[in-house]
Amino acid sequence: MSEKIYLYPVWVRFWHWSNAILCLLLIFTGISMQYSDPAYPMIRFDWAVYLHDIAGILLAVSYLGFFIGNVLTPNGKHYIFRKGIVNNLIKQAKYYSFGIFKGEKPPFPITEESKFNPLQKFSYIVIMHLTIPLVALSGLMLFFPELMIFEIFGSKALHITDIIHVIMGFFISVFLIVHIYFCTIGCTPTSNFKSMFTGFHEKH
Amino acid sequence: MKSRFVIYTLLLIFSVLFATTATVLAQEESIAIDPANIEQNQECFKCHGYSTFSYFNSNTEREVKQRMNPYFIIDSLEYYASNHRTFLCGDCHSSECGEFPHSGQARMEPKFSCMDCHAGDDTHSQYNFEKIEEDFHKSVHSSKHLDDFTCSLCHNPHTYKISARTNEKVADFILYDNEICLSCHANLSKYQLLTTKDNPNVLETHAWLPNQVLHFSKVRCIECHTEINNEILVAHNVLPKELAVKSCVECHSKNSRLLASLYKYQFTNKRSDLGFSNDAILEESYVIGANRNYYLNAISIILFGLVVVVLLIHASLRIIFNSKKRHE
Repeated sequence: MSEKIYLYPVWVRFWHWSNAILCLLLIFTGISMQYSDPAYPMIRFDWAVYLHDIAGILLAVSYLGFFIGNVLTPNGKHYIFRKGIVNNLIKQAKYYSFGIFKGEKPPFPITEESKFNPLQKFSYIVIMHLTIPLVALSGLMLFFPELMIFEIFGSKALHITDIIHVIMGFFISVFLIVHIYFCTIGCTPTSNFKSMFTGFHEKH
Repeated sequence: MKSRFVIYTLLLIFSVLFATTATVLAQEESIAIDPANIEQNQECFKCHGYSTFSYFNSNTEREVKQRMNPYFIIDSLEYYASNHRTFLCGDCHSSECGEFPHSGQARMEPKFSCMDCHAGDDTHSQYNFEKIEEDFHKSVHSSKHLDDFTCSLCHNPHTYKISARTNEKVADFILYDNEICLSCHANLSKYQLLTTKDNPNVLETHAWLPNQVLHFSKVRCIECHTEINNEILVAHNVLPKELAVKSCVECHSKNSRLLASLYKYQFTNKRSDLGFSNDAILEESYVIGANRNYYLNAISIILFGLVVVVLLIHASLRIIFNSKKRHE
């Protein structure tokens, strides 16, 4: 019988799944708009715009909820870099590259105090504190183009904003694939997925 | 007598001023205007260039000052900047108009149509006026309003100047061309010259359009409301509203319709040095779906592919090592 620890309170699980659904919706509608083709429409362009706009606004609201939640609850401590992050990142990367195949124990076991390993922590901090704010901000500027800083960027303002938005969107899609894959590395391949429903993490 | 002298002196000064301005404009446009024409046209502008005009009424033996019908006022500066700037008023208007009061006959005479001069015009063959006329006759403007709808309703011969070929800024000719459409479709008195219908509110009829302000300032009405004709630069076949383009991907895709309409003149069909497809559009605008960066696309596909390959290798190694461990 493996040990279980309660890591994910209801609000985190609710935020996580709504965030996941919104990101998926935004990625599919975004790709559909970026590579729109009358002959092979992935999603009808006007529907894609509509869904992308709604999902984008909801994601921005969800991010705000996540930010406030992290300020008001202890969950925020997991999204701060601690000393020795570089060495810890190398140690974790070595584990994923070699140790995991030899059956070694993870160098940073999951505890209530530290629910992410250094690589998870690094990627989550970059995604949540840099990529999502940038994608949301550029998205809001594309949604309200009249707010764009045309004085600085001139006629290229829309152009630059969209490129930032698309690049950030791409990083999020890559993150999503990697995130889903690494979630299969748990007690069993599905245990980490289950824990995001139950709130309990199953220890190795 | 004294007042007449003052009027003539003032008119002379204005004539010289207009002549100077017109000459400068003409030099800028590299087509010289014959000063004799300017002098002759000034006879018309004396009245039609101002909001009031004066004449001597021989019946009452009094000098009379009256207001000019605002629709008959011609801005001489605009005229001398227009495509017809080298013309004499009398080239198009009856010679009887030179007399005052204009005779009823002169008012009723049929006016020249544009094609009277432009048809078979070798000097302007690049514009393909015959094809333009053919295209126009297919349009709702022509089919619904027959002979009442003439070129001059849209292209005021006193002010019209070509814009798509001469304006460096696309935004300028978008504004210029859209103003032509709005001169009827946002102006009830002109609109009702041809119909008894209420003028539909273009903002309401286009409420479905996302980012309406941006669309209105970045594309012309004719991009969606005409059928593309590859034989002419600006399509004139205005379609019934039911056939107007409502599918976003017509413009928002790699083979954007805008390249055959708005950016037809600039379109080179080459990628820019920075790797953008449809870079003709990029000069003034950014159209999602139509502007894609070749390099960014290639980098993203390679990166995404690499990530997937690395994960697949990692997953395979995990499966192999786990099954080995189980067998041990």
